[in-house]
Amino acid sequence: MSIISLQGIEKYYGEYHALKGIDCEIAEGEFFSLLGPSGCGKTTLLRVIAGFEDVSSGVVLLGGQNMAGVPANKRPTNMVFQSYAIFPHLSVAQNVGYGLRRAKLSPAELEARVAEALDMVGLSGFGARAAHALSGGQRQRVALARALILKPKVLLLDEPLSALDKKMREQMQSELRRLQRQVGITFILVTHDQEEALIMSDRIAVMFEGEIAQVASPQELYRRPVTRRVGEFIGVMNFLDARHLDEGGDNVRFDVEGLGAASISHDQLPSGARAFAPVVGLRPEALSVIYDAKPDPGQRVVEGEVVDLSYYGDMTYYEVRLDGTSQPLTISMKNLATRPVLERGARARVTWDEGSLVVFAA
Amino acid sequence: MKGGWLRVYAITYLVFLYLPVILLPMFAFNDGTVMAFPLKGFTTQWFVQLAGIEALHGALLNSVFIATITATLSVLLGICAARASTRFRFPFKAPIMGGIMVPLVLPEIIVAVSLLVVVVQVLDLPLSAWTVIAGHTLICTPFAIAILSSAFQGLDQSFEEAAIDLGETRWGVFRNIILPLVAPGIVASFLICFTISLDEFIIAFFLTGAEPTLPVYIWSQLRFPTKIPAVMALGTLMLLASLIILSAAEFYRRRGVARVGGKDSGGFL
Repeated sequence: MSIISLQGIEKYYGEYHALKGIDCEIAEGEFFSLLGPSGCGKTTLLRVIAGFEDVSSGVVLLGGQNMAGVPANKRPTNMVFQSYAIFPHLSVAQNVGYGLRRAKLSPAELEARVAEALDMVGLSGFGARAAHALSGGQRQRVALARALILKPKVLLLDEPLSALDKKMREQMQSELRRLQRQVGITFILVTHDQEEALIMSDRIAVMFEGEIAQVASPQELYRRPVTRRVGEFIGVMNFLDARHLDEGGDNVRFDVEGLGAASISHDQLPSGARAFAPVVGLRPEALSVIYDAKPDPGQRVVEGEVVDLSYYGDMTYYEVRLDGTSQPLTISMKNLATRPVLERGARARVTWDEGSLVVFAA
Repeated sequence: MKGGWLRVYAITYLVFLYLPVILLPMFAFNDGTVMAFPLKGFTTQWFVQLAGIEALHGALLNSVFIATITATLSVLLGICAARASTRFRFPFKAPIMGGIMVPLVLPEIIVAVSLLVVVVQVLDLPLSAWTVIAGHTLICTPFAIAILSSAFQGLDQSFEEAAIDLGETRWGVFRNIILPLVAPGIVASFLICFTISLDEFIIAFFLTGAEPTLPVYIWSQLRFPTKIPAVMALGTLMLLASLIILSAAEFYRRRGVARVGGKDSGGFL
């Protein structure tokens, strides 16, 4: 059963069309991400769910209840703000317990609840600290505890990790994931960082210009982006022109620029991609440089020149221009001891995986 | 030396600015009735004399009463205006805010005469402490708004949203989140309005009734040469009080800026 149902959400700011007919179902207990570049409407959508923005039209159902006219302070959602919004004049415990003020708990009960919440985010014993004396990571945890203590049906997170440094961010990513599994609450995360979305989410909605382009699991999103733009936004993708050759049985054959003939099963094609001149996408890891003197007899081999490379330690990313093509392709290779790093200008033999081809309508 | 002339200029500037003010305490402690050099010797008799003047005590109480009410009214009005100008959008916002701030630069004598005409001719009210309060509130409110606006502006809107999100009501947000965070600004603007009202002469001179304020009382005493040393002593005390109050105000204003994590952008001291 879906905990959140968004139906035909439209949002205008004057002339500006911020959300264009958003339809989306979010399941209970799911870690759901809204991913997109800045200005795509992801934060607006989150604020619509929280009740900070009114919709121009459309329906938000939360746990089956229509949220129209329900103000933010009456919704079963809580939010972790990008700036964390830790009240600077209150202590950590007062911040965390803020939402319980109206619950009329006894002081002992309140203290126990606060301690429990602080323990959950790994801040046991921080209750008496002044809020302004906290580091960025600690503020983030306080904000989490403050939101989770109310046991919301849905926790909304607005780019909660963007202010942290890389190390801290990676640590918080796995911690957030663990926390979500532990409490079982639906999390909705807004982020512009595709890697973060892939790591943390059960499902991701990719948004561009106020519209959802695709909702899918991280794996499906990476492997089968439905549009070229999604493929480009998630990770790195090479795009090649292709030409329809013929059809046989379950397969369609294409002639792919620089790579040669490729046969792709029908169910791998997006609807409408039976166009005669589609574009195919190929991830950098679906291409590889061949080091063996004698490749396997079944392998297809094309040749090209290394025009550039980026060495990352564990991986090397090559830019290889295949013979007879103009655009170089990105190829990623693990740096094993048996694989010398090729130099700029070197010739490279490249093989590719047919099953990893993604066909786009055009 | 680089910047040598600028340094000389700066020092000269400060000397011209503050020398007359320094003369005040100098003659307040001078053991002579005539304001002239050379100084005669050190005495505190003028301060002692102050304690015995009944009319002075009345004027002082009157001034403190006016300043307290004025500061309270100005701060209340200032809170409303500053909140409105920093958080809400409404038609004709710029002209309205401009209109509120204009008394800051209006010639006080014009304001005073106009108010006198309105109070006496149009409204037909007797002059009293309340007419002075009305005039002082008019000129103090812009100062309160200027200070409070920076306090409200530094307030991250997500504090309010976070409180609402945690189930707080609009009024609860204002009382439990906004007010404590802008409290230093409120104290600072109160103290500054208090000082302005306490020291103000022209409006008080025109609008005061039977009981003069302290500056008006001083003005009346200047006609009597024998009273001048005592007036100097009184002026010294007022100067001291103003300095202390304004320093306190600046202290609170800075603390307010630091509290909401904002950057310091000006202020009056």
